[in-house]
Amino acid sequence: MNIDSIQNGVVIDHITAGLGMHLYELLDLASLDASIALIKNVNSKKMGKKDIIKIDADIDLNLDVIGFVDPDATVNIIKDGVLVEKRSIDMPQTLTNVIKCKNPRCITSSEQELDHIFKLTDKEGKVYRCIYCETKA
Amino acid sequence: MRSVIDILDFTVKELDELIDTALDIIDNPKKYAHICDGKKLATLFFEPSTRTRLSFEAAMYELGGNVLGFSESNSSSAAKGESIADTAKTVSCYADIIAMRHPKEGAALVAANNASVPVINAGDGGHCHPTQTLADLLTIRREKGRFNNLTVGFCGDLKFGRTVHSLINALSRYNNIKIVLISPEELKLPSYVKKDVLQKNNIPYEQTTDLEAAMPNLDMLYMTRVQRERFFNEEDYLRLKDSYILTPDKLKNAKADLSILHPLPRVNEISVAIDSDPRACYFKQVLNGKYMRMALILKLLKEAGTI
Ligand SMILES: [Zn+2]
Repeated sequence: MNIDSIQNGVVIDHITAGLGMHLYELLDLASLDASIALIKNVNSKKMGKKDIIKIDADIDLNLDVIGFVDPDATVNIIKDGVLVEKRSIDMPQTLTNVIKCKNPRCITSSEQELDHIFKLTDKEGKVYRCIYCETKA
Repeated sequence: MRSVIDILDFTVKELDELIDTALDIIDNPKKYAHICDGKKLATLFFEPSTRTRLSFEAAMYELGGNVLGFSESNSSSAAKGESIADTAKTVSCYADIIAMRHPKEGAALVAANNASVPVINAGDGGHCHPTQTLADLLTIRREKGRFNNLTVGFCGDLKFGRTVHSLINALSRYNNIKIVLISPEELKLPSYVKKDVLQKNNIPYEQTTDLEAAMPNLDMLYMTRVQRERFFNEEDYLRLKDSYILTPDKLKNAKADLSILHPLPRVNEISVAIDSDPRACYFKQVLNGKYMRMALILKLLKEAGTI
């Protein structure tokens, strides 16, 4: 399979196989006009299988979203066809308006203008909880 | 601006100070009778809870303050679609402190994030009800004189009972607490409370369906109601409900200094025959709730620089 290498843009690499599509959706990449490749189940020496997302546009990605979905992913910034920066990814302490609280009894379900905010409450267990009702993400 | 959403917003030291204030109020009511002269408490009750609202109002009056507010959302601007944020900002212009009850979880936090005066959570759906837990704690302190070396039984609906979860949370920070969880299978304490609170704090606990068998070891028994609507079918409810109704008979093997608590209102889960037993503490608990609300209002108004 041959995907063009990109000139100016971002490559999200080492995504745990299977999480690429989820990340694509949460980053709302469908709304971008740029050419984007989501490559699933790429053979990887380190990981066995991995997903990769290539975005041919010089955009600022919300790294918190990537850290939330897969803190093991790496972000490479490409300029003029050259890798100029590797961004390290960490689990964010708070997530604002990335995911929605699913608890129907939560105040966010009736007050439409409220930000949906989640806090990291257990880093080892990767647990995020709604700041309003404490329901797990 | 300090607000109170959850009982765990307080350190153990702060809880001790609140209890000390409440005990001082009990001993020296005159000293506190005018401390809030000219100050106003707004009681914003988006769902009716007459007991909690009256307790807050009595607390503010006994501090010399005044009260304004509403007791159901039909009569409030919320009925016209105003957001909690706007209500909190508006009421901050009229009152020095807010006590808010709302059926949705997290509503008090939204109010606290938008008010310019302290907000006390007077119950946000099934989430938190910290002033009930304050009432429970003062009752334990007054009846037992201590928070450690206690075997505490919780009986009834341990699945949905927010007062149970909250008190277990509060007690888990003291030493040598043992918890006995007494409930039908259907209403057992949720596993996340066991894991995140009991196991995390190394609190020994046992689970049983048998109230009478658990009774002899208990220093304290916290009763809650087993509600019909929690059961899938009527037969299960009818089969189980009597097992969790406290009657003089079930107290046969109880300790002489057992303390029986209940967050009230009671329906039938404690027989009225128990009311005259000196071990019944649930009406004292109501009174203690008022004293703790007084102590809490004082603390928050002092921290806000209002008094
Ligand atoms: Zn929520």
